[in-house]
Amino acid sequence: MNLMEYQGKELFRRSGIPIPRSQHCTTPEAVGDFLAENPGEWVLKAQVLMGGRGKAGKIKFAAGREQGIALAREIMATPMPPNRQNPNGEAINSLLVEEKLSIAKEAYCAITVDRTTKRPVAMVSKYGGMEIEEVAHEHPESIAKFFIDTAIGYSPFIGRELAFGSDLDPGYRKQLPAILASLYKLFFEYGAKLVEINPLALTTDGRVIASDAKVELDDDALFKHKEFAEWHAVLPLDEDEQLATEAGLGIRNFRRFGGTVGTMANGAGLAMATMDAVKFAGGEIANFLDVGGGANAERVRKCYELVVNHTPAKVFFINIFGGITRGDEVAKGIVEALRTTTSRKVPLVIRLTGTNEEQGRKILAEAGMTPVETMDEGAAQAVRIAAGA
Amino acid sequence: MSIYLDKNSKVIVQGITGGEGSYHTGRMLAYGTQIVGGVTPGKGGQKSEHGLPVFNTVREAVEATGATHTCIFVPPPFAGDALFEAYEAGISFAVCITEGVPVHDVMRVVGATPGMQIIGPNCPGLISPGKASVGIMPGHIFKQGNVGLISRSGTLTYEVVDGLTRAGLGQSTCVGIGGDPIIGTTFVDCLRAFANDEETKAIVVCGEIGGSDEEDAAAFIAEHLRGTPIIAFIGGRNAPPGKSLGHAGAIISGNFGTPESKIAAFKQAGVPVAERPSEIPALLKKSMSSGNS
Repeated sequence: MNLMEYQGKELFRRSGIPIPRSQHCTTPEAVGDFLAENPGEWVLKAQVLMGGRGKAGKIKFAAGREQGIALAREIMATPMPPNRQNPNGEAINSLLVEEKLSIAKEAYCAITVDRTTKRPVAMVSKYGGMEIEEVAHEHPESIAKFFIDTAIGYSPFIGRELAFGSDLDPGYRKQLPAILASLYKLFFEYGAKLVEINPLALTTDGRVIASDAKVELDDDALFKHKEFAEWHAVLPLDEDEQLATEAGLGIRNFRRFGGTVGTMANGAGLAMATMDAVKFAGGEIANFLDVGGGANAERVRKCYELVVNHTPAKVFFINIFGGITRGDEVAKGIVEALRTTTSRKVPLVIRLTGTNEEQGRKILAEAGMTPVETMDEGAAQAVRIAAGA
Repeated sequence: MSIYLDKNSKVIVQGITGGEGSYHTGRMLAYGTQIVGGVTPGKGGQKSEHGLPVFNTVREAVEATGATHTCIFVPPPFAGDALFEAYEAGISFAVCITEGVPVHDVMRVVGATPGMQIIGPNCPGLISPGKASVGIMPGHIFKQGNVGLISRSGTLTYEVVDGLTRAGLGQSTCVGIGGDPIIGTTFVDCLRAFANDEETKAIVVCGEIGGSDEEDAAAFIAEHLRGTPIIAFIGGRNAPPGKSLGHAGAIISGNFGTPESKIAAFKQAGVPVAERPSEIPALLKKSMSSGNS
């Protein structure tokens, strides 16, 4: 779960990381009221998960009630423009009204999970305010890293090593170790996958402040912090994740790609391989779908409906390898699902192998369905049907 | 030989009286695995439905049975604790089947349990065909032989194994290392074990998008396993960036974890990369015959 800036900054505040004075507002009127009571120029920042707010004109400066209301309306009137990862853009439902900082320098610091060393990695760079991937590409030597031993935890020397190692402006040196200590505390306490301050601002009066906040929490650890349920509710739900949840699947188990060959397999690895097989056979994939174990009638029907109702699929390729899942159970599920569904009908291509495959094939044959022998054959047949339909 | 697991490995099951734990204990026993007992706190002194002794703690179980291996079926919030308990009781090999274990729990466990080999979490376990199985793999599709297999997936592993078995290529050990971002045993760990195993003459590596475990595996192969017939497969070639597909670890972040990078790394190490699982047996046979000539 990725948090919005205001949510991340609330965690920063709780953990003792310095942040600008701010007010979270859900209406232009609330922005106006706040600016009426707080003179001077303030920053209005759209609260979205997408990046590129500045370029999209979704960060503006305002002073006083009238200007505050007008600019807040302007920002909220249109959604964030779409990009490759967010083809639908993102609606703007709230703003963060924030103290305008007089910034002398911008740096970067973050802690995330390193898959290779299996440790938290703390990273610091003197190039702040730009995408870290860009920095890694253009100035890879500028990013100082420290892989933290979880048994020892954070110790201030780590902050010093990183400050010197990244050639950070001396103005940061005194405060960085304490900020990293707080960041590590947050990272650990909340089981985060990423905590990032970009930029970490050095103001002209010598303060070091988190100007932005990016926090990604581990969905698998949310049970430890019940209070996040409330925050979860305001996060823009990815439509595919929403649909997956409604169908009773895990949020990672369904994703759409716009093509005409619908797919379903049991197990994530097999489901990915099934997509790849369709593509290899020259087809366009409608979706990824991992039905998981225990593909009973109700489950299969929901998955079938999910695909035919929400993708342009002209065919539905079901690829089941019966390991623990029994082939006859899945076959019964498929027959029953097709009998009970009220959604539009598309041709099925079924590949069913493994445990109890003979019984499964017999059940399908009795219902007038002829399963294919292999995954490749199924993919090829599905692609032919999609092309001809 | 085979790696990590054989006929003589003594195994306990943590969570033996739960639904999954009980069901798969029965299957593991049927396959010939030496399951010597199980652990369910509060049910110590009872017998499991398979007639095995149940203990309150792993320490008691290890003292009474001499178990060295454990198979963990406890729910996600308790999996980290179960692994620490196994470690403190002297278990040297732990398979964690549980899906959805918090990544911080896994990170803390793997950082603090040196000497204990952990498979998973979020994995199907491992099997040394004809000898023993620890986990949830369907034993009947495997056949004893000389191919070592490592995979980040479950059913895709079965798909590949089925193809190998049908082609007459039996397996020494098959390890499902799990689909999470942080896992105990990596491809490189398994490759190192296979390199020292006399029974393993060829290897199949089933990777997928995300992370750099495949790249590390390719580098290890280039250095230590030149001459061993090895075939790789990468799942998720058509996955979009920034979104996990099914497995939490199957995610492309920026230019990191892409299929292109993994395929290039294997090719550079002289490892043919199958475009489809069905090509693996033929590629492996070809590689094995040219290696022997």
